[in-house]
Amino acid sequence: MTGVIIALIIIFGILALVAIAVIGIYNSLVGSRNQVDNAWAQIDVQLKRRHDLIPNLVETAKGYMKHERETFEAITKARSAAMGAKTVSEAAKTEGQLADALSKFMLVVENYPELKANQNFLALQEELTSTENKIAFARQNYNDQVLFYNNRIQMFPSNVVAGMFAFTKRDFFQVESAAEREVPKVSFS
Amino acid sequence: MWELIRANKRNSILLMALMAVVLLLLGFVIGMAVVGPEGGLLGVGAAAMIWLVLALVSFSSGDQILLAASRAQPVTHDVHPQLFNVVEEMKIAAGLPVMPKVYIINDPAPNAFATGRSPQSASIAVTAGLLARLNRDELQGVVAHEMSHILHRDILYITLAGIMLGGIALLSQVFLRGTFYHSMGSRRRYSSGGRGGGQAQLVLFIIAIAAAILAPIMAQLLYFALSRRREYLADAGGARLTRYPEGLASALEKIAGDPAPQLATANEATAPMYIANPFKKRGRRTLSDLTSTHPPISERIRILRNMSQGASFKDYAQAYTATTRSKNIVPAAAMNDEPIAIRQGQVEAARPEKVQRQVHEIGDIMRRVNGFQFLTCDCGLKLKIPPDFRADAIRCPRCSRTLPLQAS
Repeated sequence: MTGVIIALIIIFGILALVAIAVIGIYNSLVGSRNQVDNAWAQIDVQLKRRHDLIPNLVETAKGYMKHERETFEAITKARSAAMGAKTVSEAAKTEGQLADALSKFMLVVENYPELKANQNFLALQEELTSTENKIAFARQNYNDQVLFYNNRIQMFPSNVVAGMFAFTKRDFFQVESAAEREVPKVSFS
Repeated sequence: MWELIRANKRNSILLMALMAVVLLLLGFVIGMAVVGPEGGLLGVGAAAMIWLVLALVSFSSGDQILLAASRAQPVTHDVHPQLFNVVEEMKIAAGLPVMPKVYIINDPAPNAFATGRSPQSASIAVTAGLLARLNRDELQGVVAHEMSHILHRDILYITLAGIMLGGIALLSQVFLRGTFYHSMGSRRRYSSGGRGGGQAQLVLFIIAIAAAILAPIMAQLLYFALSRRREYLADAGGARLTRYPEGLASALEKIAGDPAPQLATANEATAPMYIANPFKKRGRRTLSDLTSTHPPISERIRILRNMSQGASFKDYAQAYTATTRSKNIVPAAAMNDEPIAIRQGQVEAARPEKVQRQVHEIGDIMRRVNGFQFLTCDCGLKLKIPPDFRADAIRCPRCSRTLPLQAS
């Protein structure tokens, strides 16, 4: 009789320990998933900022660059494509194209010394440089968080808990364009 | 990373405890000397009170005290967009929850520091001289170094230590000066007493004076021993955040080679919190190895430039051992960092190299900090209007055009 009770106590004890471990792992998985979401939100904020800056930039530059219609059109098109992106990989692709268009634009700016001396344009240029950097650093942070989170849902024992509660792997923010791969790229003097 | 942060928290507690011991001993000896043998406990009590007050003050508003002592002024994005943007970039790279407050110090000597209690309430201060000399990548390197101090929880340690050290120094000074003036006026009383009690009191006095002289030195040694390693680690963290060790290396080079006089508002207690030792040119630190708060700047530059493989903690550790031939300083937990590639530097217009232009720029930065308005007239003349100028418009002194002013 006492033997049965002891066995029951032991079984309950083990079950309780397992339950505590599962709860702990579950909570920390939710924590790192939130970190990933938060890091993605950071990228989103900066991408929106880039989208908001472009109309100002184009408006300021238009008066000086009368013969560069194609360049402006390329930027405007890339911007609306990027704003319409739905998934992570789609966003990565369209944003890469937008960054390409912007760096081409900045190369063209080199031919317009008057524009480069405009105070308004200089301020916008600083904001754009910084936004490009912020996007790059936010992406760097996002990828770090995704790596950490993906490792956790693949490694034992957290993978068991992740399987039970349907934690799924996240995509890295891979950069499509070759020009964008060199982190903070848009560099204009 | 977490291992590093935990070790730093442990060190902070250890330092507070050791400083407390130094302070209590000092109180004990001074109490014995001033009141007599039964005054020891009284002295300990008084010292404990001082310690408690200092600890509370430094924990609740230590950062504000240090910022005020350095005459740092808070700035917004409009005052210096580049500095503000660079701080925000590093905040994002570090994954910090809130933006640190940004301050500018009116001083031509290039330097910077970070302070605060936690990553949630941190401040970064840079001098106007730093802003005038560094390019964007270099400024980013310096800010990343400060951001690493915030991330590694060094800021609380440095704030606490700075204030405690100041408290110990203050107590010693008060006692030493008090003794000096007291003995000048009443020397006769000791000699005329002639009893054994007077003899013992005199011995106690000598011990107390020795303790009052030694305690601040001991506290300082303690502080310095622990702060040098943190500088290396903040360099490593800075390189990791920016992915560009050369930015910080070249910034340190410019800071070391700068001809400006030393930082006016820095003192013994605040020196260790700066990115580079503010007392660079005075030859008064003879025990340089024991008392220097910072590793030699040339060595820090060489380590950063030896990071050819990548920008991770592991790469820094390798460069460190290769450069100094001493054992690794990076904690084991940070060594399994995944490989990180170094990025390209940004091409940028050359900064004004002429000292005169830099002095000009420092003046302009400080005018912006103090709320001056900058106007450019159509004739090309630049007008700098002080914040207390109360008018809706101003006439250009060269071409007599009337320029509208923004209401401030």
